[in-house]
Amino acid sequence: MTSVPVTATEIERVFRQEYGRAVAVLVRLVGDLDSAEEAVQEAFTTAVRQWPSTGLPPSPAGWIITTARNKAIDRQRREALRPGRHADALLLHTRDEPAEEGPVRDDRLRLIFTCCHPALAETAQVALTLRLLGGLTTAEIARAFLVSEPAMAQRIVRAKAKIRDARIPYRIPADADLPERLRPVLAVVYLVFNEGYLSGSGAAPVREQLCAEAVRLARLLAELMPDEPEVLGLLALLLLVQSRRPARTAPDGTLVLLADQDRSRWDAALVAEGQALVRRCLRLGRPGPYQLQAAINAVHSDAPSAAATDWGQIVQLYDRQMALAPTPVVALHRAVAVAETDGPQAALALVDALDLDAYHLTHAVRADLLRRLGRDAEAARAYREALTRTTNEAERAFLERRLRELS
Amino acid sequence: MKQYLLSMYQPQGELPGPEFLAAVMADLGVLRRELESTGSWVFGQGLHDPATATVLRPSGGEVLVTDGPFTEGKEYLGGFTVIKAPDLDAALAWGRRYALATHLPIEVRPFQGEVEG
Repeated sequence: MTSVPVTATEIERVFRQEYGRAVAVLVRLVGDLDSAEEAVQEAFTTAVRQWPSTGLPPSPAGWIITTARNKAIDRQRREALRPGRHADALLLHTRDEPAEEGPVRDDRLRLIFTCCHPALAETAQVALTLRLLGGLTTAEIARAFLVSEPAMAQRIVRAKAKIRDARIPYRIPADADLPERLRPVLAVVYLVFNEGYLSGSGAAPVREQLCAEAVRLARLLAELMPDEPEVLGLLALLLLVQSRRPARTAPDGTLVLLADQDRSRWDAALVAEGQALVRRCLRLGRPGPYQLQAAINAVHSDAPSAAATDWGQIVQLYDRQMALAPTPVVALHRAVAVAETDGPQAALALVDALDLDAYHLTHAVRADLLRRLGRDAEAARAYREALTRTTNEAERAFLERRLRELS
Repeated sequence: MKQYLLSMYQPQGELPGPEFLAAVMADLGVLRRELESTGSWVFGQGLHDPATATVLRPSGGEVLVTDGPFTEGKEYLGGFTVIKAPDLDAALAWGRRYALATHLPIEVRPFQGEVEG
């Protein structure tokens, strides 16, 4: 046994890193989410008590899983009311060593597919994934999604009850079902990231935690499903967007547009990793929406300055995205790229043809194009339209600044 | 094994033509035989339309008899099937086939408790 001094932060780190893995193994052993969570939490409580004097065990994850399993066995022996087959299943597995990589990997994948089962509402999928795989507390999730803690707790309780009562299986879907079942999984990770990256409200630390958690989940998915190009595409996309975080806000907290960002402040390691993933996706030759979005971001990351951006290639990538899944939002982003290749007049015609009036970005893009065309009065009107449609403080500050600059 | 209720919701108004219904009935027949041969069939039947329903309400020890369905809506329960399945995914797979056969939305809901396989 080693005797490395253990701090509360260290245990916190192990908790973040290993909670999902431990819960995933325990669910397989005890067959029930609540008991699995209780056992893992008890194990961490024991760790907090013991590790400061015993030191960090050689395999903290293994220690947590073994301790949680023992807690679960104790509990089941105490509670004679538990259905016998659960106790039997548990005893059957007790001789296995828990920390083997293979089954543990599968367990986490099973847990992700259970949390993101299409029979659960998306809000519940997100909450369960963050709770069970991310180890976030209910209070943290509630804060991140601007929901009261009791409401979030109820959402999680209901989702767990549905999993148990409707018997949503704890299983990796068959290959034939994988594309359909993967979609909500990727959507949940993407949504968690966007909530952290784009949300205007909520404290900055909570938002950063969400982005970090989304990247961690995307990394896990890429590790577990290395041959799924959309999984790699999602990870690449998140890494490339995340790489710009240091340059994205000015010291006063206002938003800095991509074109105005100090590119030397981009995280070079994340850029390199994201671009390598995009190249790996290309070789797999099965493009999808996340891969194309990642590729577009890789083109931006390639450019040493905004002026050096290969907009022609970006328009082509948007064309491919439109061919795959034409949505007005993609068309709007495509128009922004067209403004760079064919000029603001051509782009304005595209934006005006869109049926996307409720979206604040439509008006912000129109305003910018009109401004560049010297049509200031119309631009001012469009900025005001955009302002009535967003509550995001950073975006509001940006739009108000542009509006002031016009007059 | 668990039991699941597959409810078929039908829109109010004119029924589709006889040819359409014959095709639906034929598909449902195939589905039923498959459910039976795999030991998954429990019970199922179409219902007469909601105008044939009668509602009984307890009221101060008495029971009030009224005409009509319990709730009026744009859709009504047109029929249901009870199946046995190992888990929700298996039940949803059957439900999906009912949706395609009937061209109607299907609600899949678990019964409480367990049954013998």
